[in-house]
Amino acid sequence: MLGAARRQLGSGPMLGQVLQRLRPAAATNAARGYSAAAKEMTVRDALNSALDEEMSADPSVFLMGEEVGEYQGAYKITKGLLDKYGPDRVLDTPITEAGFTGIGVGAAYQGLRPVVEFMTFNFSMQAIDHIINSAAKSNYMSAGQISVPIVFRGPNGAAAGVGAQHSQCYAAWYAHVPGLKVLTPYSAEDARGLLKAAIRDPDPVIFLENELLYGESFPVSAEVLDSSFCLPIGKAKIEREGKDVTITAFSKMVGYALQAAEILSKEGISAEVINLRSIRPLDRAAINASVRKTNRLVTVEEGFPQHGVGAEICMSVVEECFEYLDAPVERIAGADVPMPYAANIERMAVPQVDDIVRAAKRACYRAVPMAATA
Amino acid sequence: MAAAAVLRRHLTRNSATTSHLSPLLARTRGVSDSTDPITVETSVPFKSHIVDPPSRQTTTSSHELLTFFRDMSLMRRSEIAADSLYKAKLIRGFCHLYDGQEAVAVGMEAAITRADAIITAYRDHCAYLARGGDLVAAFAELMGRRDGCSRGKGGSMHFYKRDANFFGGHGIVGAQVPLGCGIAFAQRYRKEGTVTFDLYGDGAANQGQLFEALNMAALWKLPVILVCENNHYGMGTAEWKASKSPAYFKRGDYVPGLKVDGMDVLAVKQACKFAKEHALANGPIILEMDTYRYHGHSMSDPGSTYRTRDEIAGIRQERDPIERVRKLILAHDFATAQELKDMEKELRKQVDAAIAKAKESPMPDPSELFTNVYVNDCGLESFGVDRKVVRTVLP
Repeated sequence: MLGAARRQLGSGPMLGQVLQRLRPAAATNAARGYSAAAKEMTVRDALNSALDEEMSADPSVFLMGEEVGEYQGAYKITKGLLDKYGPDRVLDTPITEAGFTGIGVGAAYQGLRPVVEFMTFNFSMQAIDHIINSAAKSNYMSAGQISVPIVFRGPNGAAAGVGAQHSQCYAAWYAHVPGLKVLTPYSAEDARGLLKAAIRDPDPVIFLENELLYGESFPVSAEVLDSSFCLPIGKAKIEREGKDVTITAFSKMVGYALQAAEILSKEGISAEVINLRSIRPLDRAAINASVRKTNRLVTVEEGFPQHGVGAEICMSVVEECFEYLDAPVERIAGADVPMPYAANIERMAVPQVDDIVRAAKRACYRAVPMAATA
Repeated sequence: MAAAAVLRRHLTRNSATTSHLSPLLARTRGVSDSTDPITVETSVPFKSHIVDPPSRQTTTSSHELLTFFRDMSLMRRSEIAADSLYKAKLIRGFCHLYDGQEAVAVGMEAAITRADAIITAYRDHCAYLARGGDLVAAFAELMGRRDGCSRGKGGSMHFYKRDANFFGGHGIVGAQVPLGCGIAFAQRYRKEGTVTFDLYGDGAANQGQLFEALNMAALWKLPVILVCENNHYGMGTAEWKASKSPAYFKRGDYVPGLKVDGMDVLAVKQACKFAKEHALANGPIILEMDTYRYHGHSMSDPGSTYRTRDEIAGIRQERDPIERVRKLILAHDFATAQELKDMEKELRKQVDAAIAKAKESPMPDPSELFTNVYVNDCGLESFGVDRKVVRTVLP
């Protein structure tokens, strides 16, 4: 089986580098709850390998987006794919999101399986009519005649110092819409498994990556590296088991939540960290089961607070297991302001690990010093 | 059972069967259904932009002209019937009628195959019928019934016929243009040798996404034909008030274009045939169909606040597509005036029968609220208005 994995790794230009990237198991590996795995992979390589394998397996899969081809991808996610699959399957588009998103959806109507890259999801707003009205609703309006097996992927949420127009998180907006599926990978395993699932799924999928996670390495097992590896859509992952308080998070915030859980454990609070993986459908069963066990909940997200993912999770818990709550649900989210540029106030606009720790303590009715000003 | 198909079976080469059409016909020599070619000149020459236009001489036959007459009359009758149904409140919401524009749908269909694709906006009832859509299914959909072509879930603006490569039926002005380019992309990707006819109106012609898609279509040589159905009014706004340049066939700039009399079904057929060959060889081309709608923009628009009744009556008098074909048929003695009138009477009966049948169709089952949200539903939860009362696992 490992031999098969090695043969797979040998097939792409990028994947060979993965074998060289061995690291001693860090303390964080234990925190992440992975069993001992020798191989590590960056999220970037995970995405690249997933695209490569799915394109290899299914000739109807093709890529389109700005700079995905010759430039090797604005963030190098699509590196090497133009050389391997040619310009008919890896299309560099002009800077015309409304146009190329519509073209991608139309190609999906006709049965191809496009993977459309938005350089960041901020630019998806130029194309949002096609995502919602042309893609999400078509199967319903046509009573099943027109299905749209398309994936929209790209970095989402805050990066570093990119300012207000380049930092918004779209998880809540897209998860609002029936007909879409919304995925938010965190680790390399998530990236591989969820992207493969998204490409194979017959419905339109919004695949929200995070620029700051692309370079992060995670251990990956042989199973994850196998080309048939796939994660189910709609299932969250318990990244760290605990019994005192549940912390839900997605994307980059999972890493922060795990760090917070480590800090909390030193103070005697055992936090259970749930990596949502899927915002739509939301794994309400997993969240509620966890809350029934811990009786306390902190939701964490990077995006704007009002009408956000945390608001939905809180309502879900109120509906399903209100009696189990021993404390009000706590919400940690981005600040309710457009993202500023200056580093100090930018830091205040995005959740930090101490914010998660503080909220967890509040949920546990622990004494909490006043939040220090930046 | 499409009424048109039923009628088509009657008008076969076997003249004995034509007598089924009407007792009157049995006494006549029978409507001529010969396929011998005749040449007819288009009403006006084609105007072109950076391409040599096709010839004005079109080839047709008695059989084809009668098919045109019948198909357009069926469409005309259906749209007028839809008007009454709307006023009787059996059709709700939006209803955009196509009467006056029939020649575009019918002429286009004659030039292409069902393997070619068509996509249009919300004035889509006749495109659906032209692609072989079922008359009962059309009326049932308008009335929101189970037997509608979208099972009652789409409505007037969302007719589709996937097995005939008819991709709808779109409510957002201009959105269908990039979508149609995408369908053409897939056709080229798979080397199918087919084309997409991508229809939009003069109102949509200024949409930015059209130019975005056209740019990519030209760069990638997609086999797409952009068809501007210029009925001269974008809702209530005349073309000269909305467009700095209403010469829509020229708006492609580096993309060639043809201006076509959209009320002349033979000109439409000629242009579409030409455009299909062009698109397969060279990439996108624009066809501007000079056409006219008798109704207002939709059923909530009387259509007379922004144009004069004289104008509407004038077009009906001078350029009506059905009357043009009637004159041609009579001039060539392919049928008598009475025979054509009888045909129209028969069609009217077909339409009334289809409506009656559609009315019998029940409303969709409440469980249909939750079907087709996804293709891959299984196990996904969905909720009704009060999720303590209505929640379901998607089928």
